[in-house]
Amino acid sequence: MTTLTLAKAINEGLRTAMEADAKVLVMGEDVGKLGGVFRVTDGLQKDFGESRVIDTPLAESGIIGTAIGLALRGYRPVCEIQFDGFVFPAADQIITQLAKMPLRSLGKLRLPVVVRIPCGGGIGAVEHHSESPEAYFTHTGGLRVVACSNPADGFHMIQQAIRCDDPVIFFEPKRRYWEKGEVERGAPPLPFDRGEVVRPGTDVTVVAYGPMVRTCLEAAAAVAEEGRSLEVLDLRSLNPLDTELIYESVRKTGRCVIAHEAPVYSGLGAEIATRVTEACFYHLEAPVLRVGGFSTPYPPSRLEDHYLPDLDRVLDAVDRTFAF
Amino acid sequence: MTFDASRGAEAPPELVQLLTPEGERVEHPAYDIDLTPEEIRGLYRDLVLVRRVDMEAVALQRQGELGIWASLLGQEAAQIGSGRALTDADMAFPTYREHGVAWCRDVDPVNLLGLFRGVNHGGWDPAEHNFHLYTIVIGSQTLHAVGYAMGIQRDGADAATIVYFGDGATSQGDVNEAFIWASVFNAPVVFFCQNNQWAISEPLEKQSKIPLYRRASGFGFPGIRVDGNDVFACLAVTRQALKNAREGQGPTLIEAFTYRMGAHTTSDDPTRYRVAGELEAWKLKDPIERVKAYMFKTQIADQDYFDAIDAEAADLGRDVRKRCLEMPDPHPLEIFDNVYTEPHALLVEEREQYAAYLATFEGGDR
Ligand SMILES: Cc1ncc(C[n+]2csc(CCOP(=O)(O)OP(=O)(O)O)c2C)c(N)n1
Ligand SMILES: [Mg+2]
Repeated sequence: MTTLTLAKAINEGLRTAMEADAKVLVMGEDVGKLGGVFRVTDGLQKDFGESRVIDTPLAESGIIGTAIGLALRGYRPVCEIQFDGFVFPAADQIITQLAKMPLRSLGKLRLPVVVRIPCGGGIGAVEHHSESPEAYFTHTGGLRVVACSNPADGFHMIQQAIRCDDPVIFFEPKRRYWEKGEVERGAPPLPFDRGEVVRPGTDVTVVAYGPMVRTCLEAAAAVAEEGRSLEVLDLRSLNPLDTELIYESVRKTGRCVIAHEAPVYSGLGAEIATRVTEACFYHLEAPVLRVGGFSTPYPPSRLEDHYLPDLDRVLDAVDRTFAF
Repeated sequence: MTFDASRGAEAPPELVQLLTPEGERVEHPAYDIDLTPEEIRGLYRDLVLVRRVDMEAVALQRQGELGIWASLLGQEAAQIGSGRALTDADMAFPTYREHGVAWCRDVDPVNLLGLFRGVNHGGWDPAEHNFHLYTIVIGSQTLHAVGYAMGIQRDGADAATIVYFGDGATSQGDVNEAFIWASVFNAPVVFFCQNNQWAISEPLEKQSKIPLYRRASGFGFPGIRVDGNDVFACLAVTRQALKNAREGQGPTLIEAFTYRMGAHTTSDDPTRYRVAGELEAWKLKDPIERVKAYMFKTQIADQDYFDAIDAEAADLGRDVRKRCLEMPDPHPLEIFDNVYTEPHALLVEEREQYAAYLATFEGGDR
């Protein structure tokens, strides 16, 4: 057991994957000498060389497009998109090519490409550096989409993503990069497409992923003193969803709140709420509620604390589920 | 005359320079400039004042008053030279580092800080200054500039567009598409690339195997490399390119060969990827020192003049600082403003809900 920050845990996970498989490549802007703007790839170029850890030209479409070519040639590229807002120049390659090529080849082609995206707000950044674009990708058949929330998952999930033969969009909550946690290297990880109950409870199911998991855990701790028991789920996998985990919890609690940083409107919460309503209708004591960002562009950073759902807004939703 | 690389008739002089780093005026066969002492003093003042604003912004960031700042240190001549080549009717499209061009377009320096302080996404009216908002997504603005230029062309207006971008940006698809569009439509646009040698940690070799200005020839328009630390040369070359554009001769790519003397932004640590000696070498080519040396030598200005400019710079720095600190945080409900032109049902609903939620906190404050 070691204590690592999330950034370091993903770094160690990448290193382990690169040691295990010589076909694993890391590529992106500033990932080499600098080690990435968040230092997630720190030291990898020094140890694995410039042909495996590639500082690419400044072109996101190029990064994903060439990663597809490398994958066709048997490599397993792990691409870093420097910030969430800069994945869009690559959206064409991801959506029209990466997601569809395996199907078009009748399963002959496999594209084990990982697209790492530091996501979410809360670091006081300028525009395009705080976005939560997961729904664009969960909406695209052919992509697996995951989000880690803590160092242990960062370490294991990045390796699972690399081993996975499907393209994986891998979200990393950037405001949690510096938070520490225990990592057990040898521990058998949860299956890649499973969620997890990170705090058991009985009154309300609170569904979260990525940066919001910690916020929801804090909310649960805050109301525990008042005798209210929240069960917090960390989805981990956003496509596919671990629906059984969610249903089982909601059937027990009868109440459900979903929290994400992305806008509520047409967000992943809408999908989850609908499914919960369909599958758990007779167990529900209240409508499923969602907490998230507004349907506006991400605001200037001085207002981001209003945009990002915090402990109070999660608890406000929890209270409202009891008003029914 | 600009050198037309697409015709490939003769090898271009690698670098247009009119003022050496030592402050000697030199001739160039294709470019000349005739500046009055008054104009030269004006350029010097611009250079010093924008460096001072930049310095103050770096300090404000260090003190937590700005979230981040992208310093223009070292690139003053490229920005002032090109910025002063513009007429009022010309339109400029900047990146996030064009504080010197903003100065030339009469944008109040304090308004540049809003984006970096996190109180807005861009604090000036682009149409009022003919200076577009800063663009952070690398390369996007090059296409906007070409489209704008196509508009100028259709209006038959006596104007041109200039668009700024970095060496790293030349790798983006958008920039290459902009070159194609500008060329095919013969758009009145000047592509002003500040090659400051670095794209965060990546040196130019990671983006290009040939000098950037030569890229233009493949797209079918002239490319020229200018000493980006020479304000006279930048002014002369940009003036000519803009004139050509206005007269219907289409686009030009100008590569201003310069150096990012500071970190990429205040969040960056360049000691991780570049050697200190490089900066020392470029310090000898400082864009301001050479103008000062020239002015001394030619007695265009004396020590009193330089002292007066320094005093003005100090005042400006103080003023920018003071007004930065006074910048109010926006009201939370402003999140919903200006997203759409007309009231929008979804936002009206979200705004009302959030206002009601805020009201549940004591004093309405969260
Ligand atoms: C599309 C996109 N990808 C990545 C980034 C992150 N980023 C910001 S500045 C920068 C380097 C830009 O280099 P260059 O074009 O040379 O301009 P400079 O900063 O040197 O002025 C990068 C990669 C971005 N802003 N936009
Ligand atoms: Mg650069």
